[in-house]
Amino acid sequence: MITNAMKDRFVERAQAKRLVDVAVTTMDSPIGTLLLMATPKGLVRIAFESENRDDVLGEVAENLSPRILEAPRRLDPVRRELERYFEGNLRAFEVPLDWSLAGDFARRVLRRTAGIPYGSVASYGDVAMGVGTPHGARAVGNALGSNPIPVVVPCHRVIRTGGAIGGYGGGLARKRWLLALEAG
Amino acid sequence: MKTTALPPFQLVFDEHAHAVLTFLAGAVGASEAEDCFQETMLSALRAYPRLQDASNLRGWLFTIARRKAIDAHRARARRPAPVADPDPGATVDEHPRIDDGLWDRVRGLPIKQRKAVVLRFAGDRSYPEIAGAMSVSQDSARQSVHEGLKKLRRELQ
Repeated sequence: MITNAMKDRFVERAQAKRLVDVAVTTMDSPIGTLLLMATPKGLVRIAFESENRDDVLGEVAENLSPRILEAPRRLDPVRRELERYFEGNLRAFEVPLDWSLAGDFARRVLRRTAGIPYGSVASYGDVAMGVGTPHGARAVGNALGSNPIPVVVPCHRVIRTGGAIGGYGGGLARKRWLLALEAG
Repeated sequence: MKTTALPPFQLVFDEHAHAVLTFLAGAVGASEAEDCFQETMLSALRAYPRLQDASNLRGWLFTIARRKAIDAHRARARRPAPVADPDPGATVDEHPRIDDGLWDRVRGLPIKQRKAVVLRFAGDRSYPEIAGAMSVSQDSARQSVHEGLKKLRRELQ
């Protein structure tokens, strides 16, 4: 029988030898179970339970590295910040991010989005303007829809001009929940 | 060129770790099995991104495990040699407990009987597979398992 102690020893030794390229864990949250993934550079992926876990792991294996292991402790800082955020006690995330899963344009859009303060919103057009493509609201919407690090990179703070809620990769119910949390 | 995409190593571990550990328990004994298992999995993880063919991950892991078992035997030369190559295709359905006393006795069997018994019960191999792995006839494989079990039964009574 493979015991948990044996698994723990394996992950510890693998990490000591720097053989874990991507650490994975899950956490419970008010918007469902979250799948968290980090590289040595930082948080690289958050997936909602609406996404298929095997698909998400498979994509990361293909695009980053197949050396993916469950290593919950490496994600402790991320988990702690998310817990405080969901309790309404954290307004800005400080954990380092790894943008490897976002393309060039998406990265610019997401960095811009990360600058929208807690509790406020911006329109797709505002973000398009901010990244120098004033007519690129639709492209911005696509980039936000494929945000690899939702919640922490707050794409939920981008809505339609005029106040309609717009879309959300994790489903509109989650977007509404997050906006309501931040509205206090 | 990669024939199939490499799955996340965690899935490989979850799927095959039990079979690898069971094989190693039979090959080097329960007391050394975990060390060999850890070395096997670490070597596998190190080499994993360079693996060209993901179609037989179990076979690949067993190849590494066999090498680690041989290393362990060399480190303790008084121990008998590891068993024949397992056929990595089949799955291990049963989850035999690692019972130190029993496996010690299995390792005390004459070489042919030991190989046959380990392949049959730790590796869950069919008689044609055992015959193939040992390069003997099926009758002879059956005979070796039978005699091995008889001897074990006598010793355990």
